[in-house]
Amino acid sequence: MIAPDKDHAALANEFNKDEQRVDWHDETLWWVRQKRDNAVKKLPEWEELREAGSQIKNNVLGNLNYYLQQFETNAKANGVHVHWALDAKEHNEIVLDLLLSKGINKIVKSKSMLTEECNLNDYLLDNGVNVIDSDLGEFIVQLANEHPSHIVLPCIHKKKEEIGELFHQHLGTPSGNSDPIFLTETARQHLRETFLARKAALTGVNFAVAETGEFVVCTNEGNADMGAHLADIHIASMGIEKIIPERKHLGVFLRLLTRSATGQPITTYSSHFKKPRSGASIHIIIVDNGRSKQLGREDFRNSLKCIRCGACMNTCPVYRRSGGHSYHSAIAGPIGSILAPNLDMEKHADLPFASTLCGSCTNVCPVKIDIHDQLYKWRQVIVKNGHAPLAKNAALSVMTKILSSPVLYKVAGKLGRLTMKWVPLVVNNRFNPWYKQRELPEVPKNSFGEWYKKNRNHESKDK
Amino acid sequence: MSSRDELLKAVAENQPMNFPLPEIEFLDSECIYLAETFINVLTSIGGAVVLIENLMEIETYILEKFKKSDRIVTTIPAIKWMAELIPATSIPPHALSNVDFAIIDTHCAVAENGAVWVTEKGIVNRALPFICQHLAVVVNARDIVSNMHSAYNLIGTDDYGYGTFISGPSKTADIEQSLVLGAHGPRSMTIFLIM
Amino acid sequence: MKVGLFVPCYVDQFYPGAAIATLQLLEKLGVDVQYPSRQTCCGQPMANSGFEHLTNGCNELFIENFSGCDYIVCPSGSCVLHIKHHLHSEKNEVKAAGIRSKVYELVEFLTDVLKITNLEAKFPYKVGLHQSCHGQRGLHLSQMTELMAPAFSKPRYLLDMVSGLEIMPLDRPDECCGFGGTFCVAEEAVSVKMGKDRVADHIKNGVEYITAADLSCLMHMEGILRRQGSPLKVIHIAEILNGE
Repeated sequence: MIAPDKDHAALANEFNKDEQRVDWHDETLWWVRQKRDNAVKKLPEWEELREAGSQIKNNVLGNLNYYLQQFETNAKANGVHVHWALDAKEHNEIVLDLLLSKGINKIVKSKSMLTEECNLNDYLLDNGVNVIDSDLGEFIVQLANEHPSHIVLPCIHKKKEEIGELFHQHLGTPSGNSDPIFLTETARQHLRETFLARKAALTGVNFAVAETGEFVVCTNEGNADMGAHLADIHIASMGIEKIIPERKHLGVFLRLLTRSATGQPITTYSSHFKKPRSGASIHIIIVDNGRSKQLGREDFRNSLKCIRCGACMNTCPVYRRSGGHSYHSAIAGPIGSILAPNLDMEKHADLPFASTLCGSCTNVCPVKIDIHDQLYKWRQVIVKNGHAPLAKNAALSVMTKILSSPVLYKVAGKLGRLTMKWVPLVVNNRFNPWYKQRELPEVPKNSFGEWYKKNRNHESKDK
Repeated sequence: MSSRDELLKAVAENQPMNFPLPEIEFLDSECIYLAETFINVLTSIGGAVVLIENLMEIETYILEKFKKSDRIVTTIPAIKWMAELIPATSIPPHALSNVDFAIIDTHCAVAENGAVWVTEKGIVNRALPFICQHLAVVVNARDIVSNMHSAYNLIGTDDYGYGTFISGPSKTADIEQSLVLGAHGPRSMTIFLIM
Repeated sequence: MKVGLFVPCYVDQFYPGAAIATLQLLEKLGVDVQYPSRQTCCGQPMANSGFEHLTNGCNELFIENFSGCDYIVCPSGSCVLHIKHHLHSEKNEVKAAGIRSKVYELVEFLTDVLKITNLEAKFPYKVGLHQSCHGQRGLHLSQMTELMAPAFSKPRYLLDMVSGLEIMPLDRPDECCGFGGTFCVAEEAVSVKMGKDRVADHIKNGVEYITAADLSCLMHMEGILRRQGSPLKVIHIAEILNGE
């Protein structure tokens, strides 16, 4: 993924240099959160539906070994090829082998966060395979040589003027035209040629049904279907956690997914792929890449219930004001911050701290993942594993000493207040991140403890 | 050990205790006006509804909206005199790339989200409802169910090779959340609703 | 009924007025309040920074100070939530469990334990109610906008008893202010931006005083308001409820 030479705080600081842009980003995503609220308000059974979704996913986690094999058996019986990959590397190699064995060096992709996680595009390009992302948002970030900043809205960080400029440079549209209708039509015409010409299509998987061996792909644009139905070979990449037990459970998840994501009652297309069409083939790659390890972490396994709706990002006040790229990980936002440390704890040690633990993410999660509690728990694990910055270690142990001792606390409190009162330059300087854009509290003469000693203890003595 | 066995072993070792599956009890919430709800929802997401009494009336719509030179196809044998019938024998999907208007059949429709459920039986060629410029679906009002749970109840164990819920025209809001109809699939979706 | 007054460290040091108001209010309502003088901090700053394993000293001290009380009341939802969820003891877990079950944030103590129905308080101002996240989403002092469930608000219930007080509706009724403990310095840019946006919502809606059941949020927003030179003030809910 993106090389994190800067942590979340530093990247967020850069993002915040353009305050108007932060306002725009915040308001755009807040609007999506409001659309979600309006959509779920129309379902009186919304909270029961979340509970059902959560329980089905709990059942999946407890029986994953069985369901994976059941899915494999049924998919094979349907004439679908099933591959298994332990990690990103193996996944990418399987894709490449499939393409090379058919002499294909061009592929069209629809949205798959798993392939982002595996860094498939770069791998294929390095091996001479041309990849075109067909989801409009992903197509745009691909033109910009960037990564998606949001799992559902990949180019939500880009202004239409910037997109117009990208189209001008890469597709020859007139300079200065940034009308979304015009730009979408341009992409439609351009990608239609691609769809008609590509012999291989890769899609993600939203749900894979153990009972029937079918899998479901959801899009609004129709790009997954355009790719898959026109190609000779359809490769579908799925994480092991995408399994659901029965077809009827799709009813629960398809009701939850898009209402949570964008406030739509359902995506335009919810396509169920069960058997390959005649003359074509379907290959499913089932990928672990750290998921079985996360399954074994009692405190964090619930993160595998995620159905990738992005609601936690839209509601997160930190995400909205720091942008998806500040999370330097394939999946940004609160859910990304509890998934990423499992893959590389040291590299992503900053992410669980990129939150105020406000808890809004947990409340919008359609499958009831305790996201903010897991952020808290990751902090403990990260510190215990020695990934906390040294300065923080030192500061916290001093703080602990003082706060564990009533005597030290009283002395330090008095000294602190005296310092703030009489030598404000010591604390009120540009090295104090609090003071940079905020005043410190006005210093009272006495602490409450001192006031109490004077006022209440005397009273009781007098009596 | 193969990757498959290694993966399955790791999962077996790490998976938690079994947790029972819940009962799904959201069947047919008290939605009485199914057709009305379906129409309201579908039109709110960019779809159009034309009420008809019989299939003959579709011809009026075609004559009004399309030119003689437009390629109009259908998968419904009963209206093959007004549109080119897509043969049940397999034809390459690329041969459909110039279809302007396709009229297909459906199994059921869902009131809560304006979706129709179509399978290979009704569309003949998987690419058809995506590759055409404009799509129309014939829905019988009595085939409208209230929600997705009822829809899956109806679908049951049907052994389709491919099936999809379609809800409105293809669309995107990827550019600054501005909704644009006609992303990669059809630019419009019309439901011929037989009352 | 013996109530132990738990005054969080930063309230003790910087906002003694809120603690005094809490004490006076409880006394006015006939409660026997004791203030254990050897108290320091609940340990939350360490725990939220990932150093929960260093909070044993704070925990033992807390148990020593408060285990003799029938109830523990504190004018800060965040500190109460920390005690409720994370106070443990290797020496005496039974006592720790007892403390976890009898610690109350001031507002919920007034509405759920004392069940007060009226207050002799006056505050003739336009007030914006900031829903502090830990009080709201942690202690359920109010319904949360994310959930599809009936609305309620314990702080609002109490504020409605105050004569002359007018609650101003906000555009985003329960968005976080961005304080977040050490987050406020570790993620300075986002923290400040969140705070600026929150106070802007109150200003836009004609608020004269921002109140909350948590002073940490108010301290953060006050810091921003004072830097902006805004006339908008912050006040802890106890000071309003104790107002003459």
